Amino acid sequence: MRVSIIVFPGSNCDRDMMLAIESITARRPALIWHKERQMDNCDLVILPGGFSFGDYLRCGALAARSPAMEAVLDHAARGGAVLGVCNGFQILLEAGLLPGTLVKNKGLKFVCRTTRLAIQQDTHSPLLSSCSGDETDSYLNIPVAHNEGNYFAPDDELDALEANGQIAFRYQPVSDEEGYNPNGAARDIAGVLSANKRILGMMPHPERAMGNGHHSADGKRLLSSILEGVSA
Amino acid sequence: MKVTINISLKEGVLDPEGRAVEASLSNLGFNEASEVRIGRQITLDIDAEDSARAHHRAARMCESLLANTVIEDYQIEVEDAE
Repeated sequence: MRVSIIVFPGSNCDRDMMLAIESITARRPALIWHKERQMDNCDLVILPGGFSFGDYLRCGALAARSPAMEAVLDHAARGGAVLGVCNGFQILLEAGLLPGTLVKNKGLKFVCRTTRLAIQQDTHSPLLSSCSGDETDSYLNIPVAHNEGNYFAPDDELDALEANGQIAFRYQPVSDEEGYNPNGAARDIAGVLSANKRILGMMPHPERAMGNGHHSADGKRLLSSILEGVSA
Repeated sequence: MKVTINISLKEGVLDPEGRAVEASLSNLGFNEASEVRIGRQITLDIDAEDSARAHHRAARMCESLLANTVIEDYQIEVEDAE
């Protein structure tokens, strides 16, 4: 299992992600600096969270046009799997690898708390297949930490995403809890998939829910499923 | 050639920042203000033979980086030096 993590100036979850992956695969992922145009073949590319390029212009806009992203685009064009978390999700959208965009949180505040995610059952994504089992397994408690996580796309595009099973996760209330959607995201969307279901972008941070002192181990469950899915 | 690019949110896209500013204006007694929208202005020099060419290049820059055309519109003004 070869995993590459792209590191941009301002990335700050790259090492957490590296350790999270290593704790599952027992093999340390490669950290790739954003100026590298070449990338060795790998099974999974991860774009980590952080504040790449200081969030200048728009979150993820400058990172999406960096040399390493050319290699990521090639990898994706070959059907390679990609995971983007938080700022990494913003970068995937800016790079055109996923549809839609992320705008400022509805409450205008940085939100940092655990969210409850419902894994959508109609994705048929290999990345999610081993964590979306029966009813009780279909939820994940994973924290978010962001200022621009409010997913937006035109209504017809949202309809198409739903019809194609490209919504990976939605924020889910516990009973009739209000404010369960932390950022005002359209249709409670917390993560989306590409049409081929091998590129996943999500606002919550699975690398911060790895058990061992974290509030939850559901991030480990999700990352294990993704790693299993890409090697299948 | 001096080029000014105004980037604004498309109609129908929620602008929470604009809403918050509108509420503050209202608190200050400016009740006549509504539909507050916040955009961004980018100014740059473009080395081009004529203003049509500069405009064309600026539009390319907007499409490939400066604007997020999912939610933003852009408007380009080219100022001739002469």
